[in-house]
Amino acid sequence: MTREAYHKSLKDVQDEVLKMADMVGKALKDSMEALKQRDLEVSKRIIENDVLINRIRFDIEDKCLLLIATQQPMAVDLRMLAAVINIITDLERIGDHAEGIAKINISIGTEPMVKPLVDIPRMAEKGISMLDRCMKAFVNRDIEAARAICNEDDEVDALYDQTYRELLLVMIENPRTIQGATYLIWAAHNLERTADRVTNIAERIVFMVTGKMEEMNVSKY
Amino acid sequence: MAFKIRDVNAFYNEKQALKSVNLEIQECSVTAIIGPSGCGKSTFIRCLNRMNDLVPMFRVEGEMLYNGMNIYSRDLDITELRRRIGMVFQKPNPFPKSIYENVAYGLRIQGINKRNILHKVVEESLRKAALWEEVKDRLNASALTLSGGQQQRLCIARAIATEPEAILFDEPCSALDPVATAKIEDLITELKKEYTVVIVTHNMQQAARVSEFTGFFMMGELIEFNITRKIFTAPSNKMTEDYITGRFG
Repeated sequence: MTREAYHKSLKDVQDEVLKMADMVGKALKDSMEALKQRDLEVSKRIIENDVLINRIRFDIEDKCLLLIATQQPMAVDLRMLAAVINIITDLERIGDHAEGIAKINISIGTEPMVKPLVDIPRMAEKGISMLDRCMKAFVNRDIEAARAICNEDDEVDALYDQTYRELLLVMIENPRTIQGATYLIWAAHNLERTADRVTNIAERIVFMVTGKMEEMNVSKY
Repeated sequence: MAFKIRDVNAFYNEKQALKSVNLEIQECSVTAIIGPSGCGKSTFIRCLNRMNDLVPMFRVEGEMLYNGMNIYSRDLDITELRRRIGMVFQKPNPFPKSIYENVAYGLRIQGINKRNILHKVVEESLRKAALWEEVKDRLNASALTLSGGQQQRLCIARAIATEPEAILFDEPCSALDPVATAKIEDLITELKKEYTVVIVTHNMQQAARVSEFTGFFMMGELIEFNITRKIFTAPSNKMTEDYITGRFG
């Protein structure tokens, strides 16, 4: 009673999740690049394309529900589908964070930056790298890698603290920067949340493999 | 524990059907036995009330206890054992008699013929088997006029009538449609309040739905025995996982 068509469908779901993660990773990278380059056109495109991320999320969810309804998945397969339904929710929200950064770029418009961007791009780079490795851990069912990624969230939190403190000082020194500095705090907040969501995904990977839900890194925010 | 099975080996002639099986079955609970065809699950359940005695060249080694009583003891009254541990089979097998007489049969062979006692037991048994409302106006009709699902519930009523303590179900729904299956499953859930239930099933979803404990057999060995929730969400053994997820079998 080997179920080849069913297992192929499970593999298809996994491939779709990877495709979605690629789209989300690219949106995040582009949103940061656009903020750095002050490229409003790219930001507009990211906002428009977010609908595609939302669509693939619902497509994957549909496929998961159909498999649950028609194939009665059990054990590791059931855990995978349960994990996927949660993972795509987090991926979709990371897409929203990328869209958030794009909107901030548009809000800043042609105004000059209140300070050079140093730690914010680092946060983005770290978040993108965490997401990328997290998806590799998903494919390889690698719980050690997933656990290690959760610990990296502290580094992003530290960068966020630093960014926040610096921007606070900028505002204290020159109240006319308040609007511009607040925009950047929002951008940093989007990236801090991105890393939290990657941590959630890593936790789901551990659950998918072990059947145990572990909260591995509680965000300070 | 209702059943304690220790180091049980069973053979059909030279062919070993059960290998060092150890397990305990809890009272007033549903225990499901799953596994691929030929894994020994039916052999196992049929050992519990010595149904295999009727198979030529069958022999069993090891210890099988039911409430401390050795099931394979030489001086055991097998009829009494089978009264205490009833059985329902894959295909409904009502006797070619009336609905009433099918249920009363077990009592009559025990010598109970008082009409008021028989009436009371027949009604109670049919009620417990969730069949009373459907047949109360035609108790004298032939049992063979009932649908397959009704016949199976009649067989359950017949098993209940002799006041057993445990009921063994050997694939009770494999010949039934989904509606009749759902009725039997509901009934099993009711029955476990009073009886110890052991069910062999090919339908893993059924095992997942009705049982508290599940044992997975493979080539005569009990590979894994655990609470059902654990077996179907995160089994400990790779073979169990491969079987229930359809990666072999």
